Amino acid sequence: MAYDYDKSIRPGKLPHIWCPGCGHGIVMKGLIRAMDTCELDRDNTAIVSGIGCASRLPGYLDACTLHTAHGRAAAFATGVKMAKPEMNVIVCGGDGDGTAIGGNHFIHACRRNIDMTYVIMNNYIYGMTGGQFSPCTPTGDKASTTPYGNPDPIFDISKLAIGAGATFVARTTAFHATQIDKLITEGIKHKGLAVIEVLDDCPTTYGRRNKFRSVVDMMKRLKDISVPVAAASKMTAEQLEGKTLTGILHQEDKPEYTAMYKEVIKRAGGAA
Amino acid sequence: MAKKVALLQGNEACAHGALYAGCSFFGGYPITPSTEVAEVLSGELPKIGGKFIQMEDEIGAMASVIGASLTGAKALTATSGPGVSLKQELIGYACIAETPCVIINVMRGGPSTGMPTGPGQSDVMQAMWGTHGDHAAIALVPASCQEIFSETVRAFNLAEKYRMPVQVLYDEIVGHMREPVEFPEPGELEVIDRTAPSVGPEAYKPYDTSFGDVPPLAAFGSGYKYHVTGLNKAEDGFPTTKADLVDAEERRQISKVKNPTALADIESNEEYLTEDAEVIIWAYGSTARSSRYAVNELRKEGIKAGLFRPITLWPFPEKRTAELAKQAKAIVVPEMNLGQMILEVERVAMGACKIAGVHRVDGEPINPGQIIAQVKEVL
Ligand SMILES: Cc1ncc(C[n+]2csc(CCOP(=O)(O)OP(=O)(O)O)c2C)c(N)n1
Ligand code: SF4
Repeated sequence: MAYDYDKSIRPGKLPHIWCPGCGHGIVMKGLIRAMDTCELDRDNTAIVSGIGCASRLPGYLDACTLHTAHGRAAAFATGVKMAKPEMNVIVCGGDGDGTAIGGNHFIHACRRNIDMTYVIMNNYIYGMTGGQFSPCTPTGDKASTTPYGNPDPIFDISKLAIGAGATFVARTTAFHATQIDKLITEGIKHKGLAVIEVLDDCPTTYGRRNKFRSVVDMMKRLKDISVPVAAASKMTAEQLEGKTLTGILHQEDKPEYTAMYKEVIKRAGGAA
Repeated sequence: MAKKVALLQGNEACAHGALYAGCSFFGGYPITPSTEVAEVLSGELPKIGGKFIQMEDEIGAMASVIGASLTGAKALTATSGPGVSLKQELIGYACIAETPCVIINVMRGGPSTGMPTGPGQSDVMQAMWGTHGDHAAIALVPASCQEIFSETVRAFNLAEKYRMPVQVLYDEIVGHMREPVEFPEPGELEVIDRTAPSVGPEAYKPYDTSFGDVPPLAAFGSGYKYHVTGLNKAEDGFPTTKADLVDAEERRQISKVKNPTALADIESNEEYLTEDAEVIIWAYGSTARSSRYAVNELRKEGIKAGLFRPITLWPFPEKRTAELAKQAKAIVVPEMNLGQMILEVERVAMGACKIAGVHRVDGEPINPGQIIAQVKEVL
């Protein structure tokens, strides 16, 4: 039986704005499946995003959805979660939104370990504005603002999240569609800040400039560069050159922020 | 029972005013001379089960406040000039998404870091025009610690009633000055909560104008699922680019504040000896205190001076200022900046009387002597 996505999608809001072949739709379907698996009460779930193609995702889903300003999703979401800790909070957006303009909010959300699930769609580019380079555009690649090749080094988003204190960090790709919902499910179940980085594709503004002839080529690349963490432990540094680890990269138990604040309320003599 | 009276700093009075108004969330970032608001609330909010969070910067603070407000909380942030500059994009977000919240701006000089510990009144135009795009603004300018308390309460009321950000501006002098503040009894000052939807989740639209210019706002997590965006939106909250809808939405967001009924509700001024005045001193905030003193001195010398003190600075008190311009020979506008509100006074006076400013940006307050000298010169 075909999976019923319709019950999670807002009536009348499709078609979406994404280009044919854009990876963001694959991520949205994964998120829907994960929310279903976790039986999230959508009345009590906030989905918060910034600005960009990826950040258009919440509008299509039937929940409390908050499409904020460029880069600020994590900070808006922190306000929602702090004010109403009983809500499930999911953040989503692009690599540019989350790690350039929103980098500060991103690392501090990780540091606080506030119970939210951050799904970051890394398509290596600023898609919405027409393909300028992002902090995740590989060095040497072409973007509309790097006509001679990108001189900038990149952020490894997952490493950044781990370094900043996120207690659940996982990575997969738009090629590994079924792994997306599995990892998001784990992330939602995790108490604390969970980051799920999904490498996806922007054929329109990145693929075109970087000699990918088709979306299939871009998907093939996502498949080729991925190495599951378990397999990687048996590989040499040479074999791992140019590869990206996928799966759960980091998981630990640490006090969660709203739980810590409950203690503050107790110490102040207040009733939560 | 005698009322509770405490010797409070302006910033402390602000924090207590917020609590009186039902504030349950504060998101901030430290900056002189506003930090005491955060310090007091970090202690007081958890006592009532409220939330305090120190964010990573002022943008994050403003974002957290809007997020909290959407869950139904009355939310506050407090900052000063540089922090307000950072918040501007999201103040506009609160305008277009019609989210109630209160922003305290304890003004210092500027631009940039300026003089962090010196008073200033140079953010008064920023309060209206700081964020991009057409929008309405409400800004209140209390002049004493007691008034900071009550105007903070009123700021929350107006934010909730008109579904928008409301700013309270006072300068470092009032922010750090200590005065006896009487705590009003519960119920003594009006406390307004946003209108909750009267329809069920199925029929609810977050910007449904059939309920008037200020549609009811449901709280996230209360059974209502809806969409909020900073894009121009239709009544259902989803983005639209339809010209007629965008135009109507943009205009409504201004007219909800600028229609005559709303203006009468929002405007608040104090007048002192203006009835027969030939010269009006038009002053706000701490500068109005020196101005009042100047009026008394001038009266002693037989000069018919009066004080007009806006307590609501934005929307600008156009009608009364225009009337006073017709009545008086001159209006003198003292302000701790190089001429901001005087531009508005000139605009609405339309040449009906002489207008002169008294300006100071050296970190020292404007003293009555300077005002008196300018009055004598202009008459
Ligand atoms: C303050 C601000 N600066 C810049 C922009 C312009 N802008 C909109 S989306 C975007 C980039 C989006 O890229 P990303 O987050 O990677 O998402 P994608 O579109 O690739 O999915 C930029 C720069 C903006 N909307 N707001
Ligand atoms: S521009 Fe790129 S990121 Fe945006 S919808 Fe198209 S393919 Fe997706």
